[in-house]
Amino acid sequence: MLVSEAALEDVHEDVHKTQPWNNPDAVPYIRFENVTKKFGDFYAVDDVSLDVYRHELFALLGGSGCGKTTLLRMLAGFEEPTSGKIYIDGVDMAGVPAYERPTNMMFQSYALFPHMSVEQNVAFGLVQDGVSRSEIKQQVAEMLGLVQMTKFAKRKPHQLSGGQRQRVALARSLIKRPKVLLLDEPLGALDKKLREQTQFELVNIQEKVGTTFVMVTHDQEEAMTMASRIAVMNEGVINQTGTPFELYEYPNSRYTANFLGQVNLIEGVLVDDDEKYAVIKSDEAGCDIYIDHAVQGHQGMTFWVALRPERLRITKEEPKETKYNCLSGKVEEIGYLGGISTYHVRLASGKRIKVTEPNSTRQIEPRYTWEDTVWVSWEAGAASVLSK
Amino acid sequence: MSSEKPTLKQRFDRWMIKHGRVLVIGIPYLWLFLFFLVPFLIVLKISFSMAEYAQPPYTSLFSWIEEGVTITLNFGNYLFLLSDSLYATAYLNSIRIAAISTVITLLIGYPMAYGIARAQGSMRSVLLMLVILPFWTSFLIRVYAWIGILDREGLINAFLLWTGIISEPLIMRQTEFAVYVGIVYTYLPFMILPLYSTLEKMDISLVEAALDLGCKPWQAFAKVTLPLSMPGILAGSLLVFIPAVGEFVIPELLGGPNTLMIGRTLWNEFFANRDWPIASAVAIAMLIFLVVPIMWFQHIQTKQEEGQQ
Amino acid sequence: MSNKRSTFLLSALVFGFAFLYVPILLVIIYSFNEGKLVTVWAGFSTKWYVSLFSNDGMIDAAWNSLRIGVMSATLALALGTPAGLVMSRFGRFKGRTLFSGMIAAPLVMPEVITGLSLLLLFVTLEQMIGWPAGRGLSTITIAHTTFCAAYVAVVVQSRLSGMDISVEEAAMDLGAKPAKIFFVITLPMILPALVAGWLLSFTLSLDDLVIASFVAGPGSTTLPMKVFSSVRLGVSPEINALATLIILAVSVMIVIASAMILRSERMRSRASAGADA
Ligand SMILES: Nc1ncnc2c1ncn2[C@@H]1O[C@H](COP(=O)(O)OP(=O)(O)O)[C@@H](O)[C@H]1O
Ligand SMILES: [Mg+2]
Repeated sequence: MLVSEAALEDVHEDVHKTQPWNNPDAVPYIRFENVTKKFGDFYAVDDVSLDVYRHELFALLGGSGCGKTTLLRMLAGFEEPTSGKIYIDGVDMAGVPAYERPTNMMFQSYALFPHMSVEQNVAFGLVQDGVSRSEIKQQVAEMLGLVQMTKFAKRKPHQLSGGQRQRVALARSLIKRPKVLLLDEPLGALDKKLREQTQFELVNIQEKVGTTFVMVTHDQEEAMTMASRIAVMNEGVINQTGTPFELYEYPNSRYTANFLGQVNLIEGVLVDDDEKYAVIKSDEAGCDIYIDHAVQGHQGMTFWVALRPERLRITKEEPKETKYNCLSGKVEEIGYLGGISTYHVRLASGKRIKVTEPNSTRQIEPRYTWEDTVWVSWEAGAASVLSK
Repeated sequence: MSSEKPTLKQRFDRWMIKHGRVLVIGIPYLWLFLFFLVPFLIVLKISFSMAEYAQPPYTSLFSWIEEGVTITLNFGNYLFLLSDSLYATAYLNSIRIAAISTVITLLIGYPMAYGIARAQGSMRSVLLMLVILPFWTSFLIRVYAWIGILDREGLINAFLLWTGIISEPLIMRQTEFAVYVGIVYTYLPFMILPLYSTLEKMDISLVEAALDLGCKPWQAFAKVTLPLSMPGILAGSLLVFIPAVGEFVIPELLGGPNTLMIGRTLWNEFFANRDWPIASAVAIAMLIFLVVPIMWFQHIQTKQEEGQQ
Repeated sequence: MSNKRSTFLLSALVFGFAFLYVPILLVIIYSFNEGKLVTVWAGFSTKWYVSLFSNDGMIDAAWNSLRIGVMSATLALALGTPAGLVMSRFGRFKGRTLFSGMIAAPLVMPEVITGLSLLLLFVTLEQMIGWPAGRGLSTITIAHTTFCAAYVAVVVQSRLSGMDISVEEAAMDLGAKPAKIFFVITLPMILPALVAGWLLSFTLSLDDLVIASFVAGPGSTTLPMKVFSSVRLGVSPEINALATLIILAVSVMIVIASAMILRSERMRSRASAGADA
């Protein structure tokens, strides 16, 4: 059946609305233009350009000390960029002090005012704007309802648990209806279980209020669960920006591939190169690797083939086709996690390959044991080829 | 809207945002500059003038002769300080007494600070309060308390005579010994507090790690605790040493007529001899000696603050 | 092994505190001695308190000292608080090193130097601009304010550096301007330090003999000056009584203040203990 033109248009429009980054005409809501921040001689943020669109939940992801907080603080107005420009909703933020910016921040330490009650904390922003008392009262009640803290309105911060403080901090930063809400490791101070639960709550609240969120985190799972898009940072530089899907499936570098999820990286040299396929010869792997798409590069160039452990097949029998994409080695370590098992397979070259396999049926005894000789293989489409 | 004249409040706000920072820095800065720094310059100036029977009792450096100003610098005061061995003795005495007292204070204060830092919860707060308490009571009265104890007719002598250990009262007050007792006694809290605050911050597991790795307890102390508490030792020692060098009350009340200390010399030059220029020269000479320890103290202070942030 | 150590520490503490407190206790005990001699206990009496309170010179001096103490502690607070704020929150500025030097140096400067230099300043100023006309309570107040301000600055600074700066940033983020942040957020949070700073200044001022002796004028005798002149001659039972009263007042004050500080400290540590669900 043919799809009508109009329907296709609709789909396009929909995509442009939900994925403004794919729409060349969309105007970014927040824009970093070649922003650099130096502390002394040290580049904390180095020539970062970045667009964030309206209603996004955007995550800055990276290891500790890579400059995420600094980037966020420049957006909030606590630090001035050494060079470069920052725009929010089209307005240049240079020289605009923190107290006049259309952003609000949720601090990593929550930074609740210890001498004020929950209510007073949440009301603080509105009081600064000279909003009328009745209005404040109503909005505070509404906000406390949103974060389910109505019962605790009269308490002081030190009488609250970590999770409750986090909610108060969120309510306090949302009450002024900022154009952008900045969250610095919003769940960093919570324990694992509470964190997972709160991730979804935060996303729900974001959807309800529709504010643009920019969030800093070092936890890739958290970023993947929550964010519409993620920027992966390393040493002050943004490595790659994209949706969780894009970053996981199409990493542009070994750094990104490693940072999001687990990956096997096999080094090799490009030996055959065509419009439809490529072949990489790898001494590490002990076999040739067949790629089902073209590779940007010339013959003889070094590449890394990225293979996710869950995309690999492990068998005791030698597969029929062993010319390409088939490694053989000995099982060196077994990790039984219940739902899945992980195997470390040592190849003849000494390279270790990690494979995960779902335990989808109940076994009488483990399928493989130490020192078993096994074969590891994969579909040609499963591999990504990385040049850096 | 924007063409309207800003209200007074708005104008004030704008002015505050623009100049508030300068104001907040400026007021304490000016005060300290005028009442702490400028006075030293005046002392320096007067140390170059000559004593005179006048009000105030010194000559002016500047004199208007015909149509010019001449400056008469008089190094006589300093030459006098150098020529009279009394001053040199007083200086050396002060430094020696201050240094020895500092060491004794450290030896008494360190184990106390350590004990307090290792005490449990509320006990620790109580002990700390007990250290601070005398620090808040009058300095003068704490020195005075020792008069009654060390005097010829004081408690110690009465006790020793009563037990028959001695038959003649010991001379303890009006000796250098009494000055040591007085300095150690009054300055002990200044030593304990910085020591305590570094020792308290120190992670006890560091010592445990050293013991675990095969150090004997005293080695662990020498190799871990002691080096880590160095900032506290230095801060405490300087807090005792610097003011002790210039101490006046303690040598005056507890020391003998022969216990020469520079603070006392300065006092006498000023109040008894009314020789302001010589007193100024004595002050400047003392300051020159103390500049290095004072700057060292400031350096430690700054480093500690930055460490906290 | 650790037993030996704790015995050592315990005896160090016992000895140390005995050293600190026995002299004070003796003064208190002998303030109630009927007789005049330290060595002889002649029976319980409060007569020295009576004679202390009928000593007009002493009462006048105490009154002077109290007035100077309140004035200079208040002024020192007004000057020292911004100074501490500048040191811990204002980052770098021209002349910062000099500023921090002028705050640290008065803490250790020998009093004879401070006293002499201030006196010479006052004399010079009087010659040049006619102010201050003569010396008295006001010059002592200025002198005390100066070194007390340094103490306040240090107390405030160390309190501020121990405080999470993001609390103030949060206020700015929510739209409060710097001056407002100071009065609504910072000030309430450092209140215990301000109380401590004021009390410290007050007692330092009340206690100072040397600086006051230099910058005092006729008729502005302070309590320490009065005490000093009578103590110079030896033990005096009236001074014992005075000492006891001072120790009593200080103890009460310290107990109240430390209870206050302890409470707020507990609140603060609980508030910053993040992840206790
Ligand atoms: N105010 C500052 N002065 C000096 N260096 C700083 C300052 N703030 C951050 N840095 C440095 O900049 C780097 C990035 O810090 P930050 O943005 O906080 O990293 P993170 O990604 O962990 O949030 C770190 O190496 C940090 O030491
Ligand atoms: Mg960070």
